[in-house]
Amino acid sequence: MSTFIGIDYPTWWYLIVGGLFSGYAILDGFDLGAGAWHLFFKKEESRRIALNAIGPVWDGNEVWLVIGGGALFAGFPVVYATLFSFMYIPFMLFLAALIFRAVSIEFRSKEPMKWWRQMWDVSYSVSSIMLAVLLGIVLGNVLQGIAIGPDYSFQGNWLQFLNPYAIMVGLSTLALCMMHGAIYLTMKTEGRLFAKITILLRNAIVFFITSFGLVSLYTLIYLPHLVERLKSHPAFFIFPALAFLSIANIPRLVAKRRFRIAFLFSSLTVSLLLALVALGLYPTLLISSVNPAYDITIYNGASSNKSLGIMLIFAAIGAPLVLSYTAFVFYTFRGKVKMDETSY
Amino acid sequence: MEVEILARIQFAFTIAFHYIYPPLSIGLGLLMVIMEGLYLRTGDKHYETLTKFWTKIFALTFGIGVATGIVMEFEFGTNWATYSRYVGDVFGSALAAEGIFAFALESGFLGILLFGWNRVSPRVHFLATLGVWLGSMFSAVWIVVANSWQQTPTGYHIVGEGIHARAEITDFWAMVFNPSSVDRLTHVWNGAFLAGTFLVLSVHAWYLLKGKFVDISQKAFKIALSVACLASLGQLFTGHRSADGVAHNQPAKLATMEGHFDTLAPADMYLFGWVDVKNQQVTGLKIPGGLSFMLHQKFDAPVTGLNAFAEKDRPQAINAVFQFYHIMIAIGMALIGLTLLGMLLWWRGVLFQQRWLLWVFVWAVFLPQIGNQVGWFTAEMGRQPWVVYGLLRTSDALSEAVTANQVWFSLIMFTFIYLLLFTLFIYLLNKKIQHGPDATEMVQHRPGQEQMANLIGHSKSSTSSIPNPEPPNLRTPEPPKP
Repeated sequence: MSTFIGIDYPTWWYLIVGGLFSGYAILDGFDLGAGAWHLFFKKEESRRIALNAIGPVWDGNEVWLVIGGGALFAGFPVVYATLFSFMYIPFMLFLAALIFRAVSIEFRSKEPMKWWRQMWDVSYSVSSIMLAVLLGIVLGNVLQGIAIGPDYSFQGNWLQFLNPYAIMVGLSTLALCMMHGAIYLTMKTEGRLFAKITILLRNAIVFFITSFGLVSLYTLIYLPHLVERLKSHPAFFIFPALAFLSIANIPRLVAKRRFRIAFLFSSLTVSLLLALVALGLYPTLLISSVNPAYDITIYNGASSNKSLGIMLIFAAIGAPLVLSYTAFVFYTFRGKVKMDETSY
Repeated sequence: MEVEILARIQFAFTIAFHYIYPPLSIGLGLLMVIMEGLYLRTGDKHYETLTKFWTKIFALTFGIGVATGIVMEFEFGTNWATYSRYVGDVFGSALAAEGIFAFALESGFLGILLFGWNRVSPRVHFLATLGVWLGSMFSAVWIVVANSWQQTPTGYHIVGEGIHARAEITDFWAMVFNPSSVDRLTHVWNGAFLAGTFLVLSVHAWYLLKGKFVDISQKAFKIALSVACLASLGQLFTGHRSADGVAHNQPAKLATMEGHFDTLAPADMYLFGWVDVKNQQVTGLKIPGGLSFMLHQKFDAPVTGLNAFAEKDRPQAINAVFQFYHIMIAIGMALIGLTLLGMLLWWRGVLFQQRWLLWVFVWAVFLPQIGNQVGWFTAEMGRQPWVVYGLLRTSDALSEAVTANQVWFSLIMFTFIYLLLFTLFIYLLNKKIQHGPDATEMVQHRPGQEQMANLIGHSKSSTSSIPNPEPPNLRTPEPPKP
């Protein structure tokens, strides 16, 4: 097996896919969160500001999902095929919500009628909430294990994706996005809307910490396979410790009204939580709830070393480019929302 | 079997709907780059107004294009799991390259293109427009490479057996430059340019007929007509090369396209016709031996016919492929005729007096769209029964985990969403076109206003001081009579 700096290619690619999903969760996380809050803003002006806070960036953020999906398909085709076909209904609902969200943002401002705007506001907010919850539901199923039989056969039933653990993870994901999104909005708004968001943010922090606590407890009790690596390698306890500190730091910074740093910490929290997921799963990507012999790992689910090697070169060339466009766009639209004739 | 049909219908429907939009983005993107480039070069505010106007329509097509495009990526995994495992090593890497090198560029700069007019300098804005357009062009590169590999696979070997069999890359550049990718990519690009330019031609022809926004519409019409003329002539060349490639690499597809059954006979070329599959006969207007001549430069050279292939290795919908192919050719020829006529009349300085021709251009917007669709139908239905030519059958490529009921659910869902989306798209597109380029900006360019401004001592509008950007040998035509 080919290696680069002592780490084999599938592991590198596992880190890259993880990095892309982490980038996606940080970036689209705040705009899904902003969408989830949308109906809490009552005035037309407030809704427009909230929408334009994500206006120039949401499309670029969503592209991280396309790239992450492409990277998963390319690096681990067996995982991609199995996960997507087993989770057919959640992914189809996800697509529906994704389309509705995109067109709601696009169409809302095109007509002045009150009913028109209200309709797209509801569709925008509901689809944002659905996307966050569905992402969490898929993650919950991945953590818990899915019914993979011999030769990638499906041994479950189609409603199984809606189990208590997956729903709990779904709600926690929503809570995390809402907290992250509210912090983002504090950086973009002024005056009374800003004051309102700071109050919403406090509720979001409570919602997140409660739901996250419940999920952690459930995981520790019922999903011991995810904690095994931590027990066998105590050095890895640094990750949950850092995640805990990072989460604890958010309410502290919010209380001090240092929102920009709080946003950095909520982004850090997102990546640390995903790092915990990655650590718990490695080297398995899809756990079979039928028999561990049918687990799909980064080794039996990966593309050839040749292909992974080529794509590592792509990633090495592409990553600086992608990061520089993203940074440039965020820099261009930094600061509070200013409306002009091109705004939504 | 039922799952197979449903999954194919769903994929065909979602990708055909999706393919309305990316060609518009690529074609409009090119024109926006030209218009904004002319604005930077000449300082003529008309070009700025045009760029801003078309940017708004671009935003509409781009948004729907992205949203419906993610559907395709997901469907590979949800509906075609066996296919995804089989081709992931090859197809997946092209898709990943598309994401990293094309989508990121495109969507990253889109924010600046749409919302950055007052935030960045005109030059940086132009670079953003260029970035978005290049992103859409690169996106076509990778997706056509991936699709072409399915038509003419090279640079791979097969590993494993049964459900565990899959193609792995052995030579990346051989995979990228497989025998059909360059011809098909240039064909797709030109088709996209035609889709975009004909939308611009249609809208501005309509303004000219209504006597609205006359100055800027004439400028936009000339730019679009020049690009459309080059692209339509380019299609003749790339189309011929593609057909030549199909003859070498996918003889069953070529035989289907012309309804040619007998293997030992020379093959005819039809202008139009109807295939009677049972009696293996085609009725229609033909050039006897025309296909033989095109491929071998001899009217009596034999061409491999469908009878050389076992029943299970031929496309099923022979007449449909024949019709789609011939509609594409007819549209291609019509576009060449139309754009050449337009260029001729422009050269003689009478283009904008031809009201009938402007009406033809108003309605011609549908032709490239239909041409693009039927062209892809030909390519994809002609590839059947294979999903990867000669390697993996479509019927073997499905997801085992997915039931007919699940596909029914998603198919109904997509039908509903896309009908809604299409209705809204047409409604909003029409509204933007009716509204036209921003009226407040147009006011500044009325001569009366300019005189007023001079009278009360304001500096002259920038338009009066810049040189005429039109080629000197072309007379400026009169605006059409109301």
